[in-house]
Amino acid sequence: MSRIWHALTALLSHWRRKPLQLTALLGGLMIATALWSGVQALNAQARESYDRAARTLGGDAVPSLALPGGIEFDESVFVALRRAGWPVSPVLEGTIRLGETRMRILGIEPLTLPAAARMTGETSGPVDGALFEGFMAPPWRAFAHPDTVAALAGEEGLPPLTAQRDLAPTLLMMDIGAAQAMLDSPGRISRLLLDPGMSAPATPLAQATDLPLEWRETDTQGDLDRLTKSFHLNLTAFGLLAFLVGLFIVYSAIALAFEQRLPMLRTLRALGISARMLTGVLLVELLTLSLLAGIAGVVGGYVIAAALMPDVAASLDGLYGADVPGTLSLELSWWLAGIAISVLGAMGAAGYSLLKTYRMPPLASARRQAWRAAQRGWLRVQGALAVLLLIAAAVLMLFAEGLVAGFAGLAALLLGAALLLPPALALILRAGQGAARGPIAQWFWADAQQQLSGLSLALMALLLALGANIGVGTMVNGFRDTFTNWLDQRLVAEVYYNARSDEDAATIRAWALAQDDITALLPTLNATTRMDGLPVTVVGYTDHPTYRTSWPMVAIAPDAFDRVATGEAVFASEQLATRLSLSVGQTIEIDGWTATVAGIYPDYGNPKGQISAEITTIAKVFPTARRGGTGLRVAEGRTQAVISAMRERFDLGDNLIDQAALKGYSKGVFEDTFAVTAALNVLTMGVAGFALFMSLLTLSEMRLPQLAPLWAAGVTRRGLAGLELLKTLAMALFTALLAIPLGLAVAWCLVAVVNVQAFGWRLPFHLFPGQWAALVALAVLTAGLAALWPINSLRRMPPVRLVRVFTDER
Amino acid sequence: MLTIRTLAKAYPTPQGPLAVLRGLDLDVGAGQSLSLMGESGSGKSTLLHLVAGLDSADGGSIHVGETDITRLDDAGRAALRRQRIGLVFQQFNLIPSLTVAANLAFQARIAGRHDPAWQNTLADRLGLTDLQDRYPEQLSGGQQQRVAIGRTFAMRPDLILADEPTGNLDEESGDAVMHLALNLVAQTGCTFLMVTHSARLAGMLDRQVTLVQGRLA
Ligand SMILES: Nc1ncnc2c1ncn2[C@@H]1O[C@H](COP(=O)(O)OP(=O)(O)OP(=O)(O)O)[C@@H](O)[C@H]1O
Ligand SMILES: [Mg+2]
Repeated sequence: MSRIWHALTALLSHWRRKPLQLTALLGGLMIATALWSGVQALNAQARESYDRAARTLGGDAVPSLALPGGIEFDESVFVALRRAGWPVSPVLEGTIRLGETRMRILGIEPLTLPAAARMTGETSGPVDGALFEGFMAPPWRAFAHPDTVAALAGEEGLPPLTAQRDLAPTLLMMDIGAAQAMLDSPGRISRLLLDPGMSAPATPLAQATDLPLEWRETDTQGDLDRLTKSFHLNLTAFGLLAFLVGLFIVYSAIALAFEQRLPMLRTLRALGISARMLTGVLLVELLTLSLLAGIAGVVGGYVIAAALMPDVAASLDGLYGADVPGTLSLELSWWLAGIAISVLGAMGAAGYSLLKTYRMPPLASARRQAWRAAQRGWLRVQGALAVLLLIAAAVLMLFAEGLVAGFAGLAALLLGAALLLPPALALILRAGQGAARGPIAQWFWADAQQQLSGLSLALMALLLALGANIGVGTMVNGFRDTFTNWLDQRLVAEVYYNARSDEDAATIRAWALAQDDITALLPTLNATTRMDGLPVTVVGYTDHPTYRTSWPMVAIAPDAFDRVATGEAVFASEQLATRLSLSVGQTIEIDGWTATVAGIYPDYGNPKGQISAEITTIAKVFPTARRGGTGLRVAEGRTQAVISAMRERFDLGDNLIDQAALKGYSKGVFEDTFAVTAALNVLTMGVAGFALFMSLLTLSEMRLPQLAPLWAAGVTRRGLAGLELLKTLAMALFTALLAIPLGLAVAWCLVAVVNVQAFGWRLPFHLFPGQWAALVALAVLTAGLAALWPINSLRRMPPVRLVRVFTDER
Repeated sequence: MLTIRTLAKAYPTPQGPLAVLRGLDLDVGAGQSLSLMGESGSGKSTLLHLVAGLDSADGGSIHVGETDITRLDDAGRAALRRQRIGLVFQQFNLIPSLTVAANLAFQARIAGRHDPAWQNTLADRLGLTDLQDRYPEQLSGGQQQRVAIGRTFAMRPDLILADEPTGNLDEESGDAVMHLALNLVAQTGCTFLMVTHSARLAGMLDRQVTLVQGRLA
């Protein structure tokens, strides 16, 4: 036992003398763990929130009866159905605005609530006992998520709130009577919940009520689920990339730590430590270090996740309308998993080095050539593997179906490119050597080739980070350009409003028609239906030159607007067209109405399919369609005046928006969506820089034997430092240049494969050379910064240490 | 103490196997000191490495006391080195991240017979008392070799194998190191086998043998 202890102390003493190497090893492991577990935390947290939301009544967990289009109806239907033996429970839903936030109001009737609708989870459902005190009678207590309760503290006009962890964050749950008062819908209900386990009542539905109530089944595998899954897949892919880059660091740190301690390991063997014991001791050392780094990494991951959580919450809300609280609460298993990942990652990265130690004969001489030959063989294997991976990537992207295949293709592309980097760089450097004149220049290129093996892992990490950056950047920028352009064309009306009631709508309309400043009124109608089982929104728009001139279309038939105006044709959104494989000229059936698809328009960010048609046609086909927002065309420069006049005259509140505000809001949603991606991009880049710094640092010591002869031959230390810096910058530059084609391939895969599979629309592929230039500059700068310390210490190195190279045999 | 019979060793080379030792026999009694000479490349280091169990033989046997090294596995050979055999090389093989004191104590600790009093005596005898807190890179070659010798004697080995221990040193410090080592050999009564190119140094030992054509002459 004490033998193991002494061997371990000897091994550990290395770190005391080389604290920077220790920092690199621990730091690498820590960063890898932090990025991975941070992303996992975000995913887990968001997912838990959906589950919670789905479990509440607001989700689709319980079957219900409702009118087409979700129109409210009178609560007498509830009484009639109960009398006819239907075990229904009334629900009223609606939204209110409280300052900046939208709150969903959910009114329930606790006494008739079906058991399946009660919230499950650690906390007992609110239906149980004392919790409901003061709920069904004044003071009309309401339930809300703890975060919501905290956020709404001090808000006027709300009932007293009780915290309930099971609820979605933007939901207020209250008695239906209280909800009817709050939403100004006395005596109205929006749905009737059914017990999923109930047996069919004796009286058929049609006999119990005249209303055309529809039976809506549960929909747990709904759109929201599928779309948010793709968002998580995105995040997971990023987390994996970050972890891979982190493992690159760990691998190179461990390999270098072994390489540097090789003489010591041999001495230990010569002094009577068996190979098995030495390997065991190294394993114990690694276990200890990775445990420490793992714990620190998981804490770091928590910090990253907590910092990004508000952005993720905003993204999910903006993109898919999924409610996720902006704060983090994690379980013990997450912490343990993070630490386990760190330990396993370290073990995986150290596997080769440990095996080498176990097999290492205590004598040094024979192995060197063998090792070199193995290295050459490995390079060949690596090149072959890279080519295979790239072929697999191409096959997956061009021919395979599905989101997972898209991501697998992306992973194969990145890994293949990384493996291909060292051979490619070797080729460039060899060409450089061939072209070089003069001894120093020739040494420069030859030495760079020799250094390549030590730096290749860090350079691969840099390549991956840059490639991902260019790829994602190209996609996001392309998206932003397209989206902004689309917004500009789509939001042409200067003012939008949505009247609270039909009477209000008529009043405002009459007023608006009388205004000279208002040149056109463009009302809309909304209805919902299903096509092939997919939920589809149907929008009726007013035929007007406004749309004819500026509605952006992906594809359009000649005379499309005329044909839509006559009611024989419709426009379909790109999402719907992708999912139902629609094309222009095709005939479709919508709730018994047959129409031709005259055009397909982009509808970014909308998870549901959409059909747009002429408003009077929609009014005929969907008698229950609801009044949508109305657009107003306003004479030049009169927008603010019209808005003020309307504010003064009508009680529209937040339902009166000017175009600029709407655009700002939409762009905000968009920016939120990509804030997480941008943050992860920056982090990945930082990790790559760290990897480079660490490799350069460790290499700088091993490189003394190469540099000392030059110094002896008369090159000053300053000159040597300059050459070293130049070499590092050159390698970073070549890597960055190679990252551009990789990034474009990644971008193409994201835009044309992953995005289509995930969201149902394809983005145009734009090139942004300015972004590449900035990234290449950033890469060179990162390399320069990483090289600063090691090179500065070379510049200041005491000559004694250089002399030693000639006296020490080692 | 050391009995070697028909020892054979060949290295694979691109031109085919190179037979370095060809049926070598050697007997060294307990407490005896022996010098091994021979041309460069004749196989002296090879022989020493085999005796130390650092490499494995192709044929023959090597008995250290009752134990046949050639029949031991890696762990067994490591245990033998740990307990009984001390090694001193031309390169000093100190642990760079440990101080002189820690290096001196290291092998004895691993062998489980660390004796601080004996270590102090050794440090004193080898003139290392004032250098105990330094690191190997802060020592001269002669000083480093004295630490290596002290480390070996600190564990009280039965057999010391030395491969040109003074080869890296100038004549004067080489002689000084040699005298210190031989005094300790005499005092502890261990068996001492040393490779050297110097007939003068070889003359200081009890017995001299020369390696020619893979056998002892
Ligand atoms: N690992 C090896 N692979 C191939 N040949 C080797 C290996 N080690 C030693 N040799 C060869 O074996 C022969 C004996 O080497 P060894 O090191 O034992 O010589 P030596 O007598 O110690 O020489 P020196 O006096 O120069 O130290 C030499 O010809 C050498 O080239
Ligand atoms: Mg030799």
